[in-house]
Amino acid sequence: MCLGIPGKIIEITTQEGTRMGKVDFNGVELEVCLEATPEANLGDYVIVHAGFAISALSEAEAKETLDLLAQIESLQEESES
Amino acid sequence: MLDRFRDKDLVQAALAEIHKITTRPWAIMEICGGQTHAIMQYGLNDLLPKQIELIHGPGCPVCVTSLELVDKAIAIASRENVIFTSYGDMLRVPGSQQDLFSVKAAGGDVRVVYSAIEAVRIAEQNPDKEVVFFGIGFETTAPANAVSVVKARKQGIRNYSMLVSHVCVPPAMHAILGSPNNRVQGFLAAGHVCAVMGYEDYEPIAQQYGVPMAVTGFEPLDLTLGILDTVRMLEKGEVKVVNAYSRAVTREGNRIAQQIIADVFEPCDRQWRGIGLIPMSGWKLRTDYVDYDAELKFQVQDIQTKESEVCISGLILQGLKKPNQCPAFGTLCTPQNPLGATMVSSEGACSAYYRYARDA
Repeated sequence: MCLGIPGKIIEITTQEGTRMGKVDFNGVELEVCLEATPEANLGDYVIVHAGFAISALSEAEAKETLDLLAQIESLQEESES
Repeated sequence: MLDRFRDKDLVQAALAEIHKITTRPWAIMEICGGQTHAIMQYGLNDLLPKQIELIHGPGCPVCVTSLELVDKAIAIASRENVIFTSYGDMLRVPGSQQDLFSVKAAGGDVRVVYSAIEAVRIAEQNPDKEVVFFGIGFETTAPANAVSVVKARKQGIRNYSMLVSHVCVPPAMHAILGSPNNRVQGFLAAGHVCAVMGYEDYEPIAQQYGVPMAVTGFEPLDLTLGILDTVRMLEKGEVKVVNAYSRAVTREGNRIAQQIIADVFEPCDRQWRGIGLIPMSGWKLRTDYVDYDAELKFQVQDIQTKESEVCISGLILQGLKKPNQCPAFGTLCTPQNPLGATMVSSEGACSAYYRYARDA
């Protein structure tokens, strides 16, 4: 239950005043509470724990992490050559 | 883009950097059991420099739920008129005499649910039954569990209650770092706990004990980058909390989720299985929600707890022993016939070693 995995929002609804939705985890669709991730839209990725989205993934931040790593990689290549 | 966090070449580049900068032995704890599993699954343990030791922490809610509460769960689940609902992992956790699975086998109505909200739905559909949910977990499952109680009240559902065994990471870090036996020099802070709670609370802990921390995710590249950041700080003698999982975590965390938790739960002392009482390390239902507290609804008396005499899961949870140092590991104790909760859970260290490193 602690193994939150990212899933893609494929439907957003409101049930009795609560923001809910359907999230696709590699083909498995589950109903998820989206109350704490109001910024997440259709097609965005969220981290879900026990049917509750705790975080919307930031693509910009993901890119920044990968860019930092690319710098390390290029430094290594330089030092090897 | 998310696939790139599993990219072998990128992981190797980060690993090469760790090898390059490591000059001394360091002991780093990953507190989260989910990360222990990922580390063993991807074999990262073997790819790190020999000087880096990963110590596995107590971050497995199934493992640390106290024996007394497991026995209470079994007593409640055995009652007639009760539908007992739980995350699947809890069913095989050994109680003093039996486990929840054997209650089910004996005809008890024990059901596995994916979330507490599902349990509320079962309560709605079975108004003549008492539906109890075993509310275990760290900060990650607390919003989901809290929402179920709010939902039950909103819908006027009175036959739903929760047996609460919530635990929190920061007090456990204090307990580990403050122990005279402590060997931990750096921490991988659990990414999803931080996604909910942020990591402001970790900064004073890092300073108090002089232990750097990196907020770390769960993909192979996330884990490698978290270790890289921690080793970098250790080698430089820096004590900071850095965020190596910024696509999911902000410093302040998810304020809405925190508010949902605070509306329903309040801090309390909590017994951790294998570790003992850690002051103010848990959450219980606020007075406002006592009607939903299964411990009060079902007065379970005369619990006499009895632990296995062979099992060393307490030492494993404290990071003092490794699973393969236990004489019962893989022989007397297996996932099919577990002596301790650490062999049961998909987040337990013994189960991770059994699955991925039995011959190590």
